[in-house]
Amino acid sequence: MFSRTRPEHKAPPDLFYDEKEAQKYTGNSRMIEIQTQMCERAMELMLLPEDEPCFLLDLGCGSGLSGSVLEENGHYWVGVDISRAMLDVAQERETEGDLILGDLGDGLPFRAGAFDGAVSISALQWLCNADKVNHNPQKRLYKFFSSLFACLSRTARAVFQFYPENSKQVELITAQAMKAGFYGGIVIDYPNSTKAKKFFLVLMTGGSAPLPKALGVEESLPQTQAQFTSKREKFKKGNRKNVKSNKEWILEKIERRRKQGKPVREHLSKFTGRSRPTKF
Amino acid sequence: MKLLTHNMLSSKCLKGVVTGYPLTIIAKDVKVSEVDFNQEFVSRVLPKLDWNVLWKAAERLGHVGELPQTLIENYENDPEFLKKVHHVLLEVEVINGELVCPETGRKFPITSGIPNMLLNDDEV
Ligand SMILES: C[S@@+](CC[C@H](N)C(=O)[O-])C[C@H]1O[C@@H](n2cnc3c(N)ncnc32)[C@H](O)[C@@H]1O
Repeated sequence: MFSRTRPEHKAPPDLFYDEKEAQKYTGNSRMIEIQTQMCERAMELMLLPEDEPCFLLDLGCGSGLSGSVLEENGHYWVGVDISRAMLDVAQERETEGDLILGDLGDGLPFRAGAFDGAVSISALQWLCNADKVNHNPQKRLYKFFSSLFACLSRTARAVFQFYPENSKQVELITAQAMKAGFYGGIVIDYPNSTKAKKFFLVLMTGGSAPLPKALGVEESLPQTQAQFTSKREKFKKGNRKNVKSNKEWILEKIERRRKQGKPVREHLSKFTGRSRPTKF
Repeated sequence: MKLLTHNMLSSKCLKGVVTGYPLTIIAKDVKVSEVDFNQEFVSRVLPKLDWNVLWKAAERLGHVGELPQTLIENYENDPEFLKKVHHVLLEVEVINGELVCPETGRKFPITSGIPNMLLNDDEV
């Protein structure tokens, strides 16, 4: 179903965010307030080291409303956006971040390990659309996430506030993030309020950690959090079984047999499970 | 575009490009502006930099000043040195010019301070 109220359905982002829209967007005090609040929450979820100035990425930075929040917290940032008109307004507003005109779906043009973290406010849902005949959202998301994984440091997190259209989009996005090597999941703030409900995708580079608690819920309900382990972790786990040493495996097997009341050889020698020369 | 950003930029998104680093700067207009000095940030970001690339870029723009060609040791406790690094990283900006991919020669224009890294359909 095509809703006419979702900007993503009206035009591609570089055309939708033209000069008029960029001015309108940035001049709206309600808009400023909302974007600021969401970026503050994203910063909280990013768990940066306290009181250290960091080097951050703002993905789909637009006119720099989210970037201003990063600055106010003492950080330095680089913003990427596909709309020149939005970036021009960011410059007019004299935001401090350095700006780059680029399409997130083509991958990020940065060197490995460059950034301490990334935020993205109200931009990710745009990548779920195919705006050109050669666009494949799944491939573009994968390219984007894998290039993001590469340009973040190994303690960094990336936090995306986004407006998914349906659960399929959430699945599409998380699946591609996982495939790219990220850990993490979705945090839903105020899940019971139609107006205040907000989706955050929290991605981690350096291993799986518990997701932060959602706001506006008594206990952390299962519906407000959905955690995934990255493909890499699954692969590692799957593999670990195979690389378990012979000795470990034998000891476990003996234990199992003992529990089942089956006869076992009690005497293990230092040669138990030792690797032996292979013969053909 | 600040030289800090340039130090991190690559053209590896182009089809067939392996590292795409460093991008050569062809500068038409360079602006120097004053930015507050944050010693902690500069010393924290330094280990991430390719020093050689930073030095060459600064030299090319004519702003290398007294910056040493090889990175000094124990810079954390050397505010005078860190101030020089701060200057080239954050105060020197390319306003108009081009970035050139070292592998393909593809040029990315910089206009009013913003590098255009958009790719054509046949480049992705
Ligand atoms: C709702 S605005 C949010 C801007 C800013 N983050 C804020 O909080 O005010 C969404 C932005 O995403 C950008 N965008 C959409 N698709 C993009 C893409 N494929 N690559 C880069 N930026 C994109 C748009 O140009 C727009 O500036």
